[in-house]
Amino acid sequence: MEEQSKTIFDRPESLRDVVTHYCPGCTHGIIHRLVAEALDELGLRERTCGVAPVGCSVLCYNYYNCDFLEAPHGRAPALATGFKRLRPDMIVFTYQGDGDLASIGMAEIIHAANRGEKFTTIFVNNAIYGMTGGQMAPTTLEGQITSTCPNGRNLEDVGHPIRVSELLATLATPSYIERVSVHSPMHIIKAKRAIKKAFELQAENKCFTMIEVLSTCPTNWGITPGDSLDWVEKNLLAYYPLGVKKRPDQGDK
Amino acid sequence: MAKILMKGNEAIAEAAIRAGGKHYFCYPITPQTEVAEYLARRMPEVDGVFLQGESEIAVGNMVFGAAATGKRVFTSSSSPGISLMQESLSYIAGAQLPVVILNVMRGGPGLGGILPAQSDYFQAVKGGGHGDYRIICLAPSTIQEAVDLTIEAFYIADKYRNPVMIIADGMIGQMMEPVEFPDEINEPELPPKTWAATGAKGREPNIIKSLYLDPLRLEDNSIVLYKKYEEVKKNEVRFENYKVNKKNKVLIVSYGTMARICQTVIDELEAEDISVGLFRPISLFPYPEAALKEEADRANIKTVLTVEMSMGQMVEDVERVVKGAKPVKFFGRTGGIVPTPDEVKEQIKYLLRSESAKG
Repeated sequence: MEEQSKTIFDRPESLRDVVTHYCPGCTHGIIHRLVAEALDELGLRERTCGVAPVGCSVLCYNYYNCDFLEAPHGRAPALATGFKRLRPDMIVFTYQGDGDLASIGMAEIIHAANRGEKFTTIFVNNAIYGMTGGQMAPTTLEGQITSTCPNGRNLEDVGHPIRVSELLATLATPSYIERVSVHSPMHIIKAKRAIKKAFELQAENKCFTMIEVLSTCPTNWGITPGDSLDWVEKNLLAYYPLGVKKRPDQGDK
Repeated sequence: MAKILMKGNEAIAEAAIRAGGKHYFCYPITPQTEVAEYLARRMPEVDGVFLQGESEIAVGNMVFGAAATGKRVFTSSSSPGISLMQESLSYIAGAQLPVVILNVMRGGPGLGGILPAQSDYFQAVKGGGHGDYRIICLAPSTIQEAVDLTIEAFYIADKYRNPVMIIADGMIGQMMEPVEFPDEINEPELPPKTWAATGAKGREPNIIKSLYLDPLRLEDNSIVLYKKYEEVKKNEVRFENYKVNKKNKVLIVSYGTMARICQTVIDELEAEDISVGLFRPISLFPYPEAALKEEADRANIKTVLTVEMSMGQMVEDVERVVKGAKPVKFFGRTGGIVPTPDEVKEQIKYLLRSESAKG
């Protein structure tokens, strides 16, 4: 009987026991948990400082159980740079959405990655601005309807969606860049492995690591949570191929 | 310590190190780039951090992140770059972090020019970024004073957990003068920085933020800041008088390099038997309101003349303080033109002539 009372699944210590504000079917919760599990398993929580973005996950410091800074829109990599340069003994990660990172914060992420700043970026890409109510992002797919491209994204008007991981992988300095997804249990397991590896590399003092996680936005995509997972599989994966874009043995400094 | 001959920008940079500001982030811009060049060499010698960022927007936010560690951080720029830092200054003030910023002012608006000006007064003293916050603002008129104020600025920033700006002009940055650094810096003890992000070991997490979605909480935060600024107004007022006496007919109000030129004006007019005094605000926020009011109210003062290297910015504070008790006049040149003593003298003589014409 004693065997049966053993805890086999619990909330990671790196997450607080609180209810989140995320919409039903949003995968921020899963991604939060994967990061928290990685911090727990590597024993990093007590020396970790996160940097929150502006967007849906601005309040993520209410859910994580570690020190946190709240950055202006897009500037999380600059805050993380300043912090980590002064505290190289600490573990630092930014948690940023695609509007925050790929639009207003593009300069900050490219230069932090290129300098090889020794922090980890969790880049959550759901191809839309969530918090402000579903506007076009630099990552919005061709033809995808949003409130600021009501007829669908027109490539002739605003160009192609940006593949951030591939873009950053052209830089020589970053040590590890991988795109993962969390729309199925198998993908979640793979995403966890990638996130944990990024933190391991940071703990080994390797320079810049980024995991791009494809995510859902049922509320602003205007489809059900179930259909959103299918939409990731069918549309996002087609344009944003999963996989390792930069390995530690490729030009780490 | 013996005096050494140093350029203003380099002296301020060294003063920051002496005060413990050993963590510096920068982006090049004239006329203050020597600060960055000096610290690029100096920071490795003191085990400090030197980093050149990709823009002043990024640099302001690097300083934000660095200040969250609780260590003393410093940045410097000039007018257009300071404009780009306004985003981070608003957030840093909202999150109550201590940082020291140097603005070596050049002419504006826009790209303006690279020569000395004082046309960032409004930006520095009246806001700059969004929201209800203030920057403590100190204006040196000599390089020695720039050194002394920079050293003090780090303590003041820590004490109030607020950005402190050293506001100089291109002349202070570029000029060379003999300066002396204190052998040791004795500061009153400050409370431990329990707010800093140092890792949530054995304590609840520290969250450094400025977002309060509940309007009552946001109002509370603004009230906390307001009360802090009232304390600053009580404790941190700084000013200096020059040849202020009962014979003065005119009281000049001027700061920084311009105030120094006005001292020459006053000396030269004295030889012509024209008595003028100078009131020099050193802290621009908090503004030395009571002291200025007292001097302007003296019966012998017929006119208050504000002299600036701008089209008239601080003069609005002088008018606010004098409250119509005396006529407040303005003389200024801008765009990088530094008024000569003769120009200011002419202005004063003109004022006195029109006074006597009025009887």
